[in-house]
Amino acid sequence: MTTLTAAFRRQTVAARTRTFLSRHASLMPTFAALAIFIALLIGAQLYFGNFVTPRNMSALLLDNAFLLILAVGMTFVIVTGGIDLSVGSVLALTGILCAKLLSEGVSPYLVVPLTIGVGAAVGLTIGVLVQYFDVQPFIASLAGLFLARGLAFVVSLDSIRVEHSGVLWLQSQRFEFGDGWYITPTGILALLVTLLGAFVMVSTRFGRTVYAVGGSEQSARLMGLNVARTKVLVYVISGTCGGLAGLVLTAYSGAGYPRNGIGTELDVIAAVVIGGTLLTGGTGYVLGSMIGMFVYGTIKTVISFLGAEQSWTRIIIGLLLLLFIVVQRAIVFRSESRR
Amino acid sequence: MRFGADAALDCVDFRLFPGEVHSLMGENGAGKSTLIKAVTGALPLTSGVLRLDGSVVHFGSPHEAQQAGVSSVYQEIDLLPNVSVAENIGLGRERRRFGVIDWTEMRRRARSVLRDLGLEIDPHSLLGHHSLAVQQLVAIARAISTDVRVLVLDEPTSSLDTDECAELFRVIRDLKQRGVAILFVSHFLDQVYEISDRITVLRDGKLVGEYLTPELLRIDLVQAMLGRSAASLRARQRLQLVERSPELPYLRAHEVTVGSGIDSASVDLIEGEVLGVAGLLGSGRTELARAITGLEKLDGGTVLIDGRSVRLDGPRSAITLGVVYSSENRRTEGIISELSVRENITLALQAERGFLRRLRPARQRELALSWVDALDIRPADVDRPAGTLSGGNQQKVLLARLLALSPRVLVLDEPTRGIDVGAKVQVQNLVSELAENGLSVMFISAELEEVLRVSNRIAILLGGRIIDTLPPEELTVDSLTALVARPDDLA
Repeated sequence: MTTLTAAFRRQTVAARTRTFLSRHASLMPTFAALAIFIALLIGAQLYFGNFVTPRNMSALLLDNAFLLILAVGMTFVIVTGGIDLSVGSVLALTGILCAKLLSEGVSPYLVVPLTIGVGAAVGLTIGVLVQYFDVQPFIASLAGLFLARGLAFVVSLDSIRVEHSGVLWLQSQRFEFGDGWYITPTGILALLVTLLGAFVMVSTRFGRTVYAVGGSEQSARLMGLNVARTKVLVYVISGTCGGLAGLVLTAYSGAGYPRNGIGTELDVIAAVVIGGTLLTGGTGYVLGSMIGMFVYGTIKTVISFLGAEQSWTRIIIGLLLLLFIVVQRAIVFRSESRR
Repeated sequence: MRFGADAALDCVDFRLFPGEVHSLMGENGAGKSTLIKAVTGALPLTSGVLRLDGSVVHFGSPHEAQQAGVSSVYQEIDLLPNVSVAENIGLGRERRRFGVIDWTEMRRRARSVLRDLGLEIDPHSLLGHHSLAVQQLVAIARAISTDVRVLVLDEPTSSLDTDECAELFRVIRDLKQRGVAILFVSHFLDQVYEISDRITVLRDGKLVGEYLTPELLRIDLVQAMLGRSAASLRARQRLQLVERSPELPYLRAHEVTVGSGIDSASVDLIEGEVLGVAGLLGSGRTELARAITGLEKLDGGTVLIDGRSVRLDGPRSAITLGVVYSSENRRTEGIISELSVRENITLALQAERGFLRRLRPARQRELALSWVDALDIRPADVDRPAGTLSGGNQQKVLLARLLALSPRVLVLDEPTRGIDVGAKVQVQNLVSELAENGLSVMFISAELEEVLRVSNRIAILLGGRIIDTLPPEELTVDSLTALVARPDDLA
């Protein structure tokens, strides 16, 4: 009797697993990322003994808030099958612009929208190039990368300190809660952007069109979805996130610097891919990108705990990336062979 | 409905009645696709008008046509494999509250329309997880999930097997009952006769005539489509087997096993002979072809060439041994649409020679021209992008590419799929001629009649096993159908 029920239960578990897989096979890489994140935390805690502390975990979010914002925007772009290489430069341009305008006494109520607007404008340019001039996203955003970096140097060659209390408040204000946990306005901002991004991707027609374009642009068009607008808009979103991240980074470091964020676009892409987004488009999750970002941030923290060279971060991220790309390919192959 | 679109279609009248299935027939290039595109808003009319329910309509895009109740399902499935079945059905017209998609409602509607179609699948599941046939039915589910008045089905059956076809026809009849006007396009005459009430024939962009199905004899239909006597189509005689040391086949596959697709199948490919492979979709016919041409790794068994066991670890080694393969997916695994006919023909030959011994453009041209001439490829313009040719001519270009390698074994997987009757006969005749010239051909087709016509021997595949190999003289279409359709447990 008991063996029978056990067998029955086993069968339903198997059936449920099958149903789950047929619905959410594309979530597997994200789960893998989550597992790696948890394994990293457990491993670090066992090794150092004082790794998983409220202070450390809070810092994980705050130190990477600007990267998280960039990753959200990047997820939109990559799910359509595109890529945005400009975000690191946009980060620098908007950051230095923000610092420069503030140092000249312009009101932050004007500076903040302007900063974000500049990011959005760069994104719009890339989007228009991609959609209406049929330029490869790689090339269009590479142009954006050079343009924004150049403009950042036009604004200022040296770093500019920010002394405006309102902007610094974004980072210095700590809302403490519980036993040593805290969050700053920049952290809240990053989480809000993530939640909003996840919501838009899952529950709006625009979000679903992003997936549709990544799946098959032609089909999406035949379904009557607005492909052109969507393709432009994802770059605008990525640019806007770039502007916002520039603002957050300026508040975080207390200064704008035109050399900020060199190569950051690649860190962001790595985090997004580790979080389970396919570079070929069509599959990906904003929350997955957040997990990818945390994996990245944790590795960085572990390396600095070890007192090792930060170049090890790059090496480990490189290996992880390689692993994830292979895992993704394996999943794609399996779902293709099933047909 | 009355219109004349661009030059591809010249002042054609076409009527669709509610509650009727109307078949559109014609050879490739007759203007069927153009007509469909005009009706569904994918192409603008140059002149003429389109009337829906008596009032003139203008469709600027397929989307506008859909909103007016004109939906279409194309041969190539135009859906999104990366999202759920429910989304594929409902996306673009989902109900939203403050911009938020009402998922419950979308899934409910998807489930109800799938139930209408008799399709028991989970609307949550990803579309890419289902078979092509199910995907095709989902495409139809999408088309009928709105208030559909005109449903255009362009070659909906080309990826379906017999049972799935029957299922589709049941759905079509049901829609007919509901007063939907259905435009049906298929190359299978049987299907056209089974399902349609009315037939319109096009030729060279002009209207030949509109007929009621029961009043039109098959032979007259074919004649109307081809514009020449159909007698010539039937005339080809079965060729006599030339005795040529049959004890030693050029290629012998011995108890070949591949995954779950093929289970210890043995075939002999003899020079000067066409081996037909008859089997339903999923019987392993494609897997068998891919196994003996080095595209799939063998899990068991051996392939012998000229009596010696060989290892085929890729199409390249197969080509070196003179075994070439033409895929059933002409567009994705065959023709490179953007390249010219000349480049398409010389592609494999150049790859075989290596980049050091480049074919001079003049030589390429000469080669291509000779093949275009030999296989009667039309239009005879070797610089045209191959994608602009009709299906039948693309198939010939593909054949030319393989023949340029001077192969000894030619494996053709569905070489006549999706091409019109005239081109089909040409390809069949070509296959026979090649065999007469000493080539060994493996001919795979879902159309049993065709297999019977061209083959010297017929291998019958059922559930991944070769259950018998028979000469065509001992078979009729009916007996062969009975063999390939036998339930698995009797095999």
